[in-house]
Amino acid sequence: MSDTHLRFRPVATEPAPVRAALILTSVAFLAVLLFAPLIVVFVEALRDGAIAAVASLANPEAASAIRLTLIVAALAVPLNAVFGISAAWFITKYDFRGKALLITLIDLPFSVSPVVAGLCLVLTFGANTALGGWLVGHGYPVVFALPSIVLASMFVTFPFVARELIPVMIEQGRAEEEAALTLGASGWRIFFTVTLPNIRWALLYGVLLCNARAMGEFGAVAVVSGKIRGQTATMPITIEMLYNEYLSVAAFSLAAVLALLALVTLTLKTLLEWRFADQLAASHHR
Amino acid sequence: MRPLINRSPLPGMRLSAGITLTMLSLVVLLPISALLLKGATAGLPALWTEVNTPRIWGSLALSFRLSLIAALINLVFGLLLAWVLVRYRFPGRKLLDAAVDLPFALPTAVAGIALTALYAPNGAFGAIAKSFGVKIAYTQWGILLALIFVGLPFVTRTVQPVVEEIEREVEEASATLGASRFYTLRRVVLPMLAPAAMTGFALSLARAVGEYGSVIFIAGNIPLKTEIAPLLIVIKLEEFNYTGATAIGIAMLLISFAMLLVINALQVLSRRRIGYV
Repeated sequence: MSDTHLRFRPVATEPAPVRAALILTSVAFLAVLLFAPLIVVFVEALRDGAIAAVASLANPEAASAIRLTLIVAALAVPLNAVFGISAAWFITKYDFRGKALLITLIDLPFSVSPVVAGLCLVLTFGANTALGGWLVGHGYPVVFALPSIVLASMFVTFPFVARELIPVMIEQGRAEEEAALTLGASGWRIFFTVTLPNIRWALLYGVLLCNARAMGEFGAVAVVSGKIRGQTATMPITIEMLYNEYLSVAAFSLAAVLALLALVTLTLKTLLEWRFADQLAASHHR
Repeated sequence: MRPLINRSPLPGMRLSAGITLTMLSLVVLLPISALLLKGATAGLPALWTEVNTPRIWGSLALSFRLSLIAALINLVFGLLLAWVLVRYRFPGRKLLDAAVDLPFALPTAVAGIALTALYAPNGAFGAIAKSFGVKIAYTQWGILLALIFVGLPFVTRTVQPVVEEIEREVEEASATLGASRFYTLRRVVLPMLAPAAMTGFALSLARAVGEYGSVIFIAGNIPLKTEIAPLLIVIKLEEFNYTGATAIGIAMLLISFAMLLVINALQVLSRRRIGYV
């Protein structure tokens, strides 16, 4: 008697039709909500052809927006990287009271609306406040000028690098740094030769996410920037202005530039996850 | 009592503590204190007068109601996506997995105009909806859609690592004891995912409540109908009504924190009940 008629059905999975239905539902959900809007950005940008799209980017307004966004990111991202490294070093290398509170405070920007963040900055540095008035009096306007845009971008991306580094540095412990210390290495030498090589991919991961958000921030920047054409209008703000003026091709062309940046970010992020999964925070192990 | 700081041989404590606390104070704490200070100097009665109008209550109710619905939808689909992406093998799985993070990477203004172009009555999907007599863009449906978009990755990304760690033996044991597959999923698997799912739900909710960029394009911004709370802050600021803006800002902060506290409490309860972290 042959036992080939016995078919072993794996018990720890769903029946094939159910699996197919769940996969199709997932694909349909993402297609409608993610892929379609992404495609629309490029379709709308190229509505009048590639030449019109590129030409719409060549005007001074768009050029100034691109320049401003790059300047803001070039200031906000390194500052937040320095903060993230310092905070992660302080939190993971020493034992002190109030550590949980400190971590909660660092995470605070995630639960504050970007618009409220912008409002907070206006109430701190606005020309009619004590501090803001003093700064304006000395020739350093913050609100409706570059500093507030940088501060707003820093606020909304504040936890990114620290949150990425803290779990990685907890996992790695302090033994390697302490060993280097007993061998006579200085603090900076320990950081650059022992710690940094261990956290570099996690740092890059955090910086990537921080940069994507900083370049794309809208709500907080809309409140603090004053939306002055050619001066304080970042790329997202300029997209809004063009869109509201029914300059659809120009708006979507600028949007397409940011969408390309988002795609590059996602690609790099995914490559990091595949290649250096063991050196990233545990939640990205895949 | 434990000393404030345990002595450590590693150098750099003063420097790292100094940078951390200075930047945290300057970028986050000082501005938030300014908001609270502004509220305190205006006084509770003045804040209440500002908030206590039908238009502002309407916008706050709208923001929190739609955010709650969007976060619930994201909870369901987030669990589904996490399960499908970890457990099933199919062509395009890796692309789908990478794409889930798109809302994190795509600027909200870009998402806003793209969703509007797509779901407006003359857009590709909007035209289909219109033929069924449904209007999506410039109604509450449009706002809901934008909020689902921005909150989409949170539940998937918090639940995925937990699904990966579930040992199949547990599910097999359940099956050998005679449980149906659905019963196993409901009584064995789902409780293990609940705390992570709740965290993702809370993050998605917090994000949706404060969202501005992707919503204002598709919302239509009609007072009492499709006007969200963050937009009212912007309107008040444009009118130079700082007290009004502060009042709405503080109300939003308070309601958000209250919701996060409730969710935290639920999480503690669920962990205690099932004893799995």
